[in-house]
Amino acid sequence: MARLTNRRIRWWRGAVGLIAGLYFLVPLACSVLFTVDVPGQGFTLSSYTGILSASGFTSSLLLTLELAAATIVLVLGLLVPALLAARLGAPRLRPLLEVVCSLPLVVPSVALVAGYSGVLRWGPQYLSRTPLFQTFVAVQNASFPVVLVLAYTVMSLPLAYRALDAGLRAVDVRTLMEAARSCGASPVRAVFQAVLPNLRGALMNASFLTLALVLGEYTVGALLGFRPFAVWIVGIGGSQAQLSVAVSVLSLLLTWALLLVFAAAGRSRTRIPRRARAKAAPALVPQESAS
Amino acid sequence: MTVEFRSLHKSFGATKALDGLDLTAHQGELLALLGPSGCGKTTALRMLAGFEHPDSGQVLVDGEDISEVPAHRRDAGMVFQSYSLFPHLTAADNVAFGLRMRKVGAAERRARAAELLELVGLPQHADRYPHQMSGGQQQRVALARALALRPKVLLLDEPLSALDAKVRVQLREEIRRLQQELAITTVFVTHDQEEALSTADRVAVMRDGRLEQCASPAELYDTPSTAFVAEFVGTMNRLPGRATGDGTVEVLGQRLPVRGAADTSGAVDVLVRPEAVDATADEDGSARVTATAFHGAVTRLTVTLADGTTVKADIPSHRASDLAAGAAATVTLPERPVLIEAHAA
Repeated sequence: MARLTNRRIRWWRGAVGLIAGLYFLVPLACSVLFTVDVPGQGFTLSSYTGILSASGFTSSLLLTLELAAATIVLVLGLLVPALLAARLGAPRLRPLLEVVCSLPLVVPSVALVAGYSGVLRWGPQYLSRTPLFQTFVAVQNASFPVVLVLAYTVMSLPLAYRALDAGLRAVDVRTLMEAARSCGASPVRAVFQAVLPNLRGALMNASFLTLALVLGEYTVGALLGFRPFAVWIVGIGGSQAQLSVAVSVLSLLLTWALLLVFAAAGRSRTRIPRRARAKAAPALVPQESAS
Repeated sequence: MTVEFRSLHKSFGATKALDGLDLTAHQGELLALLGPSGCGKTTALRMLAGFEHPDSGQVLVDGEDISEVPAHRRDAGMVFQSYSLFPHLTAADNVAFGLRMRKVGAAERRARAAELLELVGLPQHADRYPHQMSGGQQQRVALARALALRPKVLLLDEPLSALDAKVRVQLREEIRRLQQELAITTVFVTHDQEEALSTADRVAVMRDGRLEQCASPAELYDTPSTAFVAEFVGTMNRLPGRATGDGTVEVLGQRLPVRGAADTSGAVDVLVRPEAVDATADEDGSARVTATAFHGAVTRLTVTLADGTTVKADIPSHRASDLAAGAAATVTLPERPVLIEAHAA
């Protein structure tokens, strides 16, 4: 009987795995097929080789990566101190923090960008004779639009919050802080030397989610008139369909590669301690000489 | 190094954690803070460590008020109740953490860490991470870490409560050995009276944020100054008696001198330890043995008196053979001063 239910469960697992796999893999396979099988030319990799020479590819990808880096720094810079402070000093503020960080989930990015463009239009008009006018100009600088960093930061708050909160739940922040302080560490050093190293996985997760969001974000960038990577892909899709899909496939691979890098970096805590390795190495020498 | 608490007060919202605590730990002594949960013992320790601030009162170390000194500048090593080792560091790096904070060179750090791990009996575990060690080993490393900076005071916040019984006994003996070897003033918070009595030089029994009694384990056990201490430390019988008001009390048909509150009169409870109660087999006795438990040298009898009161009596096992369950008996007390408590009602 037990074996029977077991087998039935396995069967379902297989079915679910198959359906989910098809759901994800079929579109992917079609995309790849579309890019390499050009009608009239047969199998060709020209759309992939054409990417590098396509105008705007490098600049838009670099812009997006820069924006992503700035967003990650800003999000972590905001959230980590806030979450630590809430955990250590004001546990009753935690629900508030959670609600605030989840708010962007219920505000569609179209509504968000409508608000942004309203402010960007209104601001210069009313502040034209104040130094703030220059600020408004600067945040919209097309070579590095700070306003996008601000928007992305808001949008990635819910994701980063979940990732960091999960990490904080796994460690006893208060005890770690107190242990470090009783060992003579100032509060700031205690955070950097005792708490943050143990949040490495969570920090990596939060960073990765933010990166993934920024790489794929289209609405805000397009509506505010900038050309980050996703906007460039859509733009080029109008003229060179194969190329744009090839870029999508490539960016998917890029995202996966980055995910693996981040995951590996987050996991490397289980590495063999340096000193143990150093000790193990000389131990081999006498053995070899003995034999 | 002398540590002194002077009329410490601390409230958390509506709850009073400390309500005027006065207590002194002398140079080189192991002082245990004992009490039920919520009595303020941990709060007092955390104030000494610098993690809590008193609402009023002072914490003095060698006569100097350290209330305003931040936690990381106090010379106090602490071992926590929960496992508090840094998970990302090996045992040796954990022990050396404080030295790194003090900018001690790498070679010296390593030497000192090795020396301390040797001291707590874990020299071969230097390269293990906390998750690769048992609870007892982790607390040993935590102890080594607390001692690494040669602190003036060692603070132990129920360091054994998460361990299983056998390891607990082993480790508490080891803590005692180390403490005596280093002659370091130590404050040890615990809710386990056996732990406190067996390791400490003096035990401070706390209740509701105040000190009930602070004395050596033997004194605490033999001559508790209050009924609370008497019942919290060891087992205590409560026998109905009648105080005469002239310093004696009538109990079990005997008249015994009263220790302490001599002017009490009327119905009281007389507090007697099981080993002070004697029971003899007696056909005409009004008491009846209801249960026996063999403890080796002594046998603990549960005796029900004529009025229904239950008394526990420890008598030598060789005399317990004719006192099986159901036997009639007479219960007597030795001619010694007893502690009494007036009925609350």
